[in-house]
Amino acid sequence: MNWRALAVLGLALASAAHAAELAPARAAALTHMLHQECGACHGLRLTGGLGSPLTASALADKPANSLVATILDGRPGSAMPPWRPFVSADEARWLVEQLQQGRLP
Amino acid sequence: MIARLLSILSAALCLWLVACTSAPLRGTGDLGVVIERARGSVQIVEQRAMRSLGRVDGLGDLSHASVVFSRDGRYAYVFGRDGGLSQVDLLSQRLVKRVMQAGNSIGGAISSDGRIVAAQNYQPGGVKLFDADTLELLAEVSTGGSKVVGLADLPGNRFAFSLFEAGEIWLIDARQPRTPQVTRYPNIGRQPYDGLASQDGRHYLAGLYGEDGLALLDTWQPERGVRRILDGYGRGQAALPVYKMPHLRGWSLAGDYAFLPAIGHHQVLITDRRSWQEATRVPVYGQPVFVMAEPGGRRVWVNFAFPHNDTVQVIDVPSRHIVATLKPGRAILHMEFTARGDAVWLSSRDDNRLTVIDTATLNTVAELHAEQPSGIFFTWRAQRMGM
Repeated sequence: MNWRALAVLGLALASAAHAAELAPARAAALTHMLHQECGACHGLRLTGGLGSPLTASALADKPANSLVATILDGRPGSAMPPWRPFVSADEARWLVEQLQQGRLP
Repeated sequence: MIARLLSILSAALCLWLVACTSAPLRGTGDLGVVIERARGSVQIVEQRAMRSLGRVDGLGDLSHASVVFSRDGRYAYVFGRDGGLSQVDLLSQRLVKRVMQAGNSIGGAISSDGRIVAAQNYQPGGVKLFDADTLELLAEVSTGGSKVVGLADLPGNRFAFSLFEAGEIWLIDARQPRTPQVTRYPNIGRQPYDGLASQDGRHYLAGLYGEDGLALLDTWQPERGVRRILDGYGRGQAALPVYKMPHLRGWSLAGDYAFLPAIGHHQVLITDRRSWQEATRVPVYGQPVFVMAEPGGRRVWVNFAFPHNDTVQVIDVPSRHIVATLKPGRAILHMEFTARGDAVWLSSRDDNRLTVIDTATLNTVAELHAEQPSGIFFTWRAQRMGM
């Protein structure tokens, strides 16, 4: 785990009282996955690539439920694959909250 | 006495100055550049000594970065995700110039005369041509916002690329680099994700994400247009999810065959390069990302998308069998052969490590520290078309 993931995690835990409770190690693993694996298409800094940007401003007007569904089941017709084998519904919701609130820069 | 002292001092000063100003002479032909994706830096490495010579920082967001070299092998042009185009001097290990040329970029190419660097962009789309010496903008080819993938150099200062959303292949003739001429080939297939030019610069191939097949342009017979090869290779099989897009380059073609990643199938497709008919397909461990023939063409190395990216497989071409399954580290993102294939360097992003493997024995012969390494680019690319 790198210092940045730790710092991000600390911020996330401090301010996300209503977010799904995740074990710190799991939250760090998800953060790593987001930047590295999701980042393959969406950019390490989430500014987009072949996939759309995942910055807070880019996701501001998107319904959270639809974003959670996109993470879990992908988006047919696009290059977005389903991540259900790797994240639970609660974890997807946690990711969406972090992204929409800009806690995963 | 004083005069003598002065002359001794000045002689010493001269020696000192010479020692300081002239680094030992060296060539760049055995060097390479390794992308450190999160740090925004590159390491300059020496292939035979299997060591790092230094690091150049300040290259921006390198989460998807690629490199081409000046024809003399001295300068690396680094294309960053954030649209930065950086010129790095391998000898002085310095960032010479850097321009922000787009919002979101994916790679580039250098012209056959070495004078034009072309950058391919996702945001705002299009291709920009730069003077390789000064990075002055020469021309811009707009693609109407469509993302540009698979930019490759062709002989005669031409470039080919594909458009992800529009499903087209475009050729640019940049003999007049300030007024490039564009030829469009529409309806090549849905969602081309990357492309390659053959080492002789004759064929341009675009891989399709949106359907099973590849689009082939024979640039010796451009009037014949684009044809489909390996059409419907996945027929009858449910497509598996793709967690990372494969990459195509000239290393996929060797000898009589082309070695291509299937999309959504854990297979490497092998086609005959004369007929472009499928010769066979080899089941592999995961979704292939890089399918790279050794320079001699005898074996093909394959790495894989998440969650299978801890593994590399080696296919023996004559028998079409997998002869080795290696576990060289976590998140193997890239492989680069030396020019004659005696060694291959692998980047392990999550182990912060480069691993050098002797291709004859498949033994690891060196490991180097690198921060989240991704692409490895050796200077032999300076002399090769389609790289």
